[in-house]
Amino acid sequence: MKILVCISNVPDTTTKINFTDDHKSFVSNGVTYIINPYDEIALTRALEISEANAGSTVTVIHVGDAAAEPTIRKALAIGASDAVRINANARDAFFVASQIANYAKEQGFDLILTGRESIDYNGAQVGSMIAELLNIPSISIVKSLTLDGTTATLEREIEGGKEVISCPLPLVASASEGMAEPRIAGMRGIMSARTKTLAVIEPSDVPTLQAITQYDKPAPRSQVKLVNADDVKGLVNLLNQEAKVI
Amino acid sequence: MSVLVYTEHAEGKFKKSSFEVVSYGAAIAQQLGTNLVAISIGNVSSDELNKLANYGASKILSVSEDAYKSFVNQAYGAVIAQAAQKENANVVVLSASFSGKGLAPRVAVKLNAAYVDGAVSLPDTTNGFMVRKGAFSGKAFADVSISSENKVIALMPNSYKVVENPQNANIESFTPTTGSNDFATMVKEIVRASDKISLPDAELVVSAGRGMKGPENWGMIEELAQLLGAATACSKPVSDAHWRPHSEHVGQTGIAVSPNLYIAIGISGAIQHLAGVSSSKVIVVINKDPEAPFFKAADYGIVGDAFDVVPQLISAIKEFKAVNA
Repeated sequence: MKILVCISNVPDTTTKINFTDDHKSFVSNGVTYIINPYDEIALTRALEISEANAGSTVTVIHVGDAAAEPTIRKALAIGASDAVRINANARDAFFVASQIANYAKEQGFDLILTGRESIDYNGAQVGSMIAELLNIPSISIVKSLTLDGTTATLEREIEGGKEVISCPLPLVASASEGMAEPRIAGMRGIMSARTKTLAVIEPSDVPTLQAITQYDKPAPRSQVKLVNADDVKGLVNLLNQEAKVI
Repeated sequence: MSVLVYTEHAEGKFKKSSFEVVSYGAAIAQQLGTNLVAISIGNVSSDELNKLANYGASKILSVSEDAYKSFVNQAYGAVIAQAAQKENANVVVLSASFSGKGLAPRVAVKLNAAYVDGAVSLPDTTNGFMVRKGAFSGKAFADVSISSENKVIALMPNSYKVVENPQNANIESFTPTTGSNDFATMVKEIVRASDKISLPDAELVVSAGRGMKGPENWGMIEELAQLLGAATACSKPVSDAHWRPHSEHVGQTGIAVSPNLYIAIGISGAIQHLAGVSSSKVIVVINKDPEAPFFKAADYGIVGDAFDVVPQLISAIKEFKAVNA
């Protein structure tokens, strides 16, 4: 099985988000970067599948500059076989998907995995776009993925339940919670990651369709109105009369 | 020129999020001085299709052949892109539902369109075309300026109000061209918990955290949710401990919700959780720790033990419902 896992380099979940005074860019000074948590789930499932199918490889790919290399090395330490970095500023999802599809089209991957979305730009689109560019099936927000030969069975989240899908390989799936429990890199993994291949490839030309022009933070809420614990009826009244939500 | 909206249904009934995208699409069409076309795929009765006209659709395309009965994003993407070309639509709107998120990017690639996922308000078309979306998992908003002629927008559920805007609409049967390659995936089974309210679309949410001490104590949370007609949710430690399913996890690495009312019980309010609820209109926090950070992000709060407060809240709401029934 030849598996490609797409990883994004994102601010740690505990990060307080700040923007420059002109609201035009994200302030990355002092921010710790991690593998996007959903991508880490995808990577773990890829490793599980690889371990169950002798002769498999798991390649991780990232589109971004050299600053992401510690994150890529971490993916290698967790167990990926090798890595590819497309040396470009990831300006939007279509750009990223096009670079990955360009790389993947000659490689014959059986399975391409992404996270359901990155926790920074929340685009939720790279996986489906790669599939569309390669003209292969994609299944989004997948909470379970099992293989039987060259057929995959996937469980996809839907409102109020799940859908069970059967699909032949190759395919693209975007991982949600539940697909696997992320692994922690061991000392041996960290040591061996140093010698694994991290290929750097220059990007291809892709048209720009969009750009983020401004960022804002949600307006702060006004002071909380505290209700006494023995006046729960008072809360119900406030929700009905003042907030008008019940 | 026109605006096209894709209206998703579950077993032949349109979801509220579909009426939201019709209302939103109608407002964009008005801004651009054009008409709104809605497309429905699968088996939907004409009575149900006509409902789309109530919210501003002046034409309704229906793709009802059996081949399109179940959702396959590759085939549905081809159908929607062909409909957009036929209707000369350069704005296509879908719901950022679970299915919509998998479908919209494929439509965008087919149409060489810019794509914005998770739009939270109408585009600003005064000077170009700019759409506001959520970013950093609820911690921020980003304004995306689109330069391409074609645009695909997925609208965040519960972020645009359904507006009645009756039109005289024709239902037109539409026959797209698809190949067997578009139908590689096959839906084997759909499992829906019929008595549960779906969390991403819910207008009211009752959410609980580690303060509940164990999964055996969720009875009162479910009772409160049922009484209010609310969906149940939880914090990350709760789903990580398998007290509740991952599908209930609200937060930065779970589901982002934007209900009218979010009641948080025994949740301290870690930054990752707050990110997922920041778009809620009204937040109520019940926590025994007066220092819990969630109180700073709440509209109403009760400092008290969930095991005392929740049963009282259940009886107070029962009483309220009896009076207001």
